[in-house]
Amino acid sequence: MHTLAHWFPLGWRHFLFGGICIGLGVSLLFALTGFIGGISSTYSAALSWLSTFPYFHREALVSKRSWLMMYALGLFAGAVLFTFTLGHGHAFITRVPLWRLFAGGILAGFGARMSGGCTSGHGICGVASGQLPSILAVLIFLTTAILTAHLVRALGGF
Amino acid sequence: MPPVSSRAILLSALAAGTLFGFGLALSTMVQPEVILQFLLLNNMGLLLVLAGAAGTTAIAYALLPHLMQRPVFAPDFKKHAAILKAPTLIGAAIFGSGWVLSGVCPGPAIAGLGTGNWPLLLSVAGLLLGAWIHGRFVAKP
Repeated sequence: MHTLAHWFPLGWRHFLFGGICIGLGVSLLFALTGFIGGISSTYSAALSWLSTFPYFHREALVSKRSWLMMYALGLFAGAVLFTFTLGHGHAFITRVPLWRLFAGGILAGFGARMSGGCTSGHGICGVASGQLPSILAVLIFLTTAILTAHLVRALGGF
Repeated sequence: MPPVSSRAILLSALAAGTLFGFGLALSTMVQPEVILQFLLLNNMGLLLVLAGAAGTTAIAYALLPHLMQRPVFAPDFKKHAAILKAPTLIGAAIFGSGWVLSGVCPGPAIAGLGTGNWPLLLSVAGLLLGAWIHGRFVAKP
């Protein structure tokens, strides 16, 4: 028998309330500025300062890089705010090996830019506006990641 | 963008990002271990986060353009424009394969630093490098 505790061994409220909080952030951005708030664009925005390559100096990117950097700064600030309020000042340090954090980042950064969105751009903004390409992208990255995770476990990884 | 509103736009993005980052930390999406638990189907929390976030956003995207003439600080509401073509889907598969390796996606990499999770600096560096490789060698202007 599968109970709530089986599917949610760490509880469910903080997941739901955290998700709603994320959605309120994206909604606030939309209400105040009309912008669609995916996150992977903030990496392109950062690259417009770090690289001289023409692709990172397209008008479409340069015109929004300032607010995207503030959006990214907010992500950091919001997490700091959580840590010193509901988080009781406790830091969390991951035990995932550093090479996996780096190599996974390269693949995810490449894939997100090729796909035109990530868990936020496709997963939240795209799904919320009922975009078929985004819904397909979400199904594909979830399926790829879940199948890979099970394959790696079967082969003795993790 | 009318220059008169640019400071308001920047502060709006900061406030929205702050809510977003608070939510990422509250929902523990900044902990790669929780993501990997989900990908092994041992903890369905991530689906609740996605549903809560996409559900709230769906309401805002559907209602706000009817309730307001225009956004508070800008002339018009933008539309999310994803394109149905091969790179969108192939890129998603590559993204998924990186996500399962690190347990980190682009938002939580930044927000996680705010919870003291310093190893995520390597994820941020990797994400930047991956986005750079795409823009430098693959993308067509």
